[in-house]
Amino acid sequence: MSLLGRRNRTPAKSTDATPAQPAAGHNASAGTPAQAAAVSIERRRLQHARIPRYAHGSRVPGWDDAVDLTKDPAELPDPAQVDVPRALRLEIEAAMAQYPDSRSAALPALAAAQRHHGWCSPEAIEQAACVMRLTPGYLTAVATFYDMFEMHPAGKHAIYVCTNISCSLCGADDLHAAISHAVDGDADFNVRSFECLGACDIAPMASVNGIYVGPISLDEVDALVDDLREGRSPLPAKQLNRRPSTDAGANDYPGGTPTDQRSEKRGPS
Amino acid sequence: MSASLLFKGIDEPGLNTLKVYESRGGYASMHRALRMPAEAVLDELLASGIRGRGGAGFAMGKKVSFLPKGSIDKYLVCNADESEPGTFKDRELMQKSPHMLIEGIVIAAHAGQLNHSFIYIRGEYSEQATILEAAVAEAYAAGYLGDNILGSGLTLPLVVHRGAGAYICGEETGLLDSLEGKRGNPRLKPPFPAIQGLYQGPTLINNVETLCTVPHIIAMGGDEYAKLGVETSTGTKLVSVSGHVQRPGNYEIELGTPSREIIYGLAGGPPEGREVKLWFPGGSSSPVLTAAELDLPYDFNTLAKAGSMLGSGAIIVVDDSTPVLDVALKLAKFYRHESCGKCTPCREGTNWTVKMLERIDDGSATPMDLDIMASVQDQIIGNCLCVLGDAMAMPIGSMIKRFRGEFEAHMEAAQLASSAAGSSSALAAQGAL
Repeated sequence: MSLLGRRNRTPAKSTDATPAQPAAGHNASAGTPAQAAAVSIERRRLQHARIPRYAHGSRVPGWDDAVDLTKDPAELPDPAQVDVPRALRLEIEAAMAQYPDSRSAALPALAAAQRHHGWCSPEAIEQAACVMRLTPGYLTAVATFYDMFEMHPAGKHAIYVCTNISCSLCGADDLHAAISHAVDGDADFNVRSFECLGACDIAPMASVNGIYVGPISLDEVDALVDDLREGRSPLPAKQLNRRPSTDAGANDYPGGTPTDQRSEKRGPS
Repeated sequence: MSASLLFKGIDEPGLNTLKVYESRGGYASMHRALRMPAEAVLDELLASGIRGRGGAGFAMGKKVSFLPKGSIDKYLVCNADESEPGTFKDRELMQKSPHMLIEGIVIAAHAGQLNHSFIYIRGEYSEQATILEAAVAEAYAAGYLGDNILGSGLTLPLVVHRGAGAYICGEETGLLDSLEGKRGNPRLKPPFPAIQGLYQGPTLINNVETLCTVPHIIAMGGDEYAKLGVETSTGTKLVSVSGHVQRPGNYEIELGTPSREIIYGLAGGPPEGREVKLWFPGGSSSPVLTAAELDLPYDFNTLAKAGSMLGSGAIIVVDDSTPVLDVALKLAKFYRHESCGKCTPCREGTNWTVKMLERIDDGSATPMDLDIMASVQDQIIGNCLCVLGDAMAMPIGSMIKRFRGEFEAHMEAAQLASSAAGSSSALAAQGAL
């Protein structure tokens, strides 16, 4: 919960607000619908209580602040004053050279800045803006649109747990809760529930520092976290690139018996 | 029946390298196409009748023929932002056979006389992007990309552009804005991208699978390819089957295969003792179908007639152990999160749909809410710049229509529960006094 609280994203845009909820399919197993509904009411009450109201009554800070007309308009960062690491500058310039219009390099530039700084900090964005000759405000507007740019300090190990429809049918919400619990309080980890990562064949799955791993059973969560803590490759046997493309056996024998041993483990029990 | 065109030998080790790909006959179609006049290549594409595999199902040959002629900057963008929930076919193609995609891009660029190309791959696919980049470098070194390819006069640079996590960037105009380095907001259409797209120039946008099919069309001949599948849906299709099935995965089928054969025959059906309750025939944006419709042939027009769509070819199976409300809520939350916020019906409609579904879940809904929710869906459809709102409205609307009884039962049970909880807390409060 502390991890989630710190992220402080807007509730409407965030899937990070979901882990406090019971899993999909959970309602059916957790006793009567009556109990489930009571849990749900309590859950919503808690969610609202987490976000304080400001003096003007809104949960959004400064929404009624007037624009400061005395302030100078945004300017391009001065290259003489902004110290851009050489490696970062070269990376952004190489990206800009690839496109007919250099502004197309905004996403690669932000990604590079995030790699160098750990997150899209104001300095990171200013440096990228300085090289690209754009205002930091423009790049901030771009960065906030995309889920993979971290606008707050984030742990170095990014674990994106897919909690979209196919994975959640296979128990992804429980997996997300288990991973969040296993790393609770460890600032090195950035555990997020993520929209469909395009690997429903290995559901429930997670993208661990960009490596697709799945299907992850709940008793493998500790091993996964340990692998990361000790700098090993996460659950090597479960990585997507080890998996043969599709079930070739199934393609050859339509209607045949299930050959995939994973079938025993699948589905909510 | 299962068929094998794109997936032929897909698991061969090292297929992602140029050497193995060429040893299996790769790039032969490109050599052949580049010796043909551009119009002849376009004729083959038109004859094949191939329809776009990304979701809209628009005839690819026609799209190419809409591009203006003349020597202006024209762009080809491969849409590899595969974000539709349930879809993972393009990932497989790019990871296992990236050169097939590059070959398709070069042939399509020749057919439309395009001179810049991009692959917009979603940022989450970082492993696949790395594989693609290595393949592109190999193709440049072999002279298959770059200046004057194989002496044909075609000049085509190819850039692999990584996205950064936004579902809306799979929408073609949102993708173009994102590729131009902006927030991925969709644009007003018309003008369509074929006339005014990337950098305001004519742009051909096609899905990975569509472009991967192009070399096979050239190799077989358009007429021969058109014999596969059924009349209005030619060729083979990769279907991604996921959810409650025993063998989830990608399967290549001939269009027109009975859906039951895909779900039960290939993917093994739901786990023992469970029944199919509902299924999405074309990704989470397609209206749901029920077990009664399992025998429909899987092709564009049949599914459209049944009130759904083939979409991206992602079949998501939900069995009878899952309440339909959970599925609806999951989906609505996804679309709320991914709505770019530009058009009011989508931004507000997705948000209110989530709120109303949550009300059903916690017992504060009234029976009228289902009608209001259905009317919200009706008012989203067709009223926005892009179809993201429609993509939520169609499945949610179809779930309300087909499972109204279950929604009502859930609502009543939750109301009883919350009134019971309310009276017990009132009692507790009295006790405390």
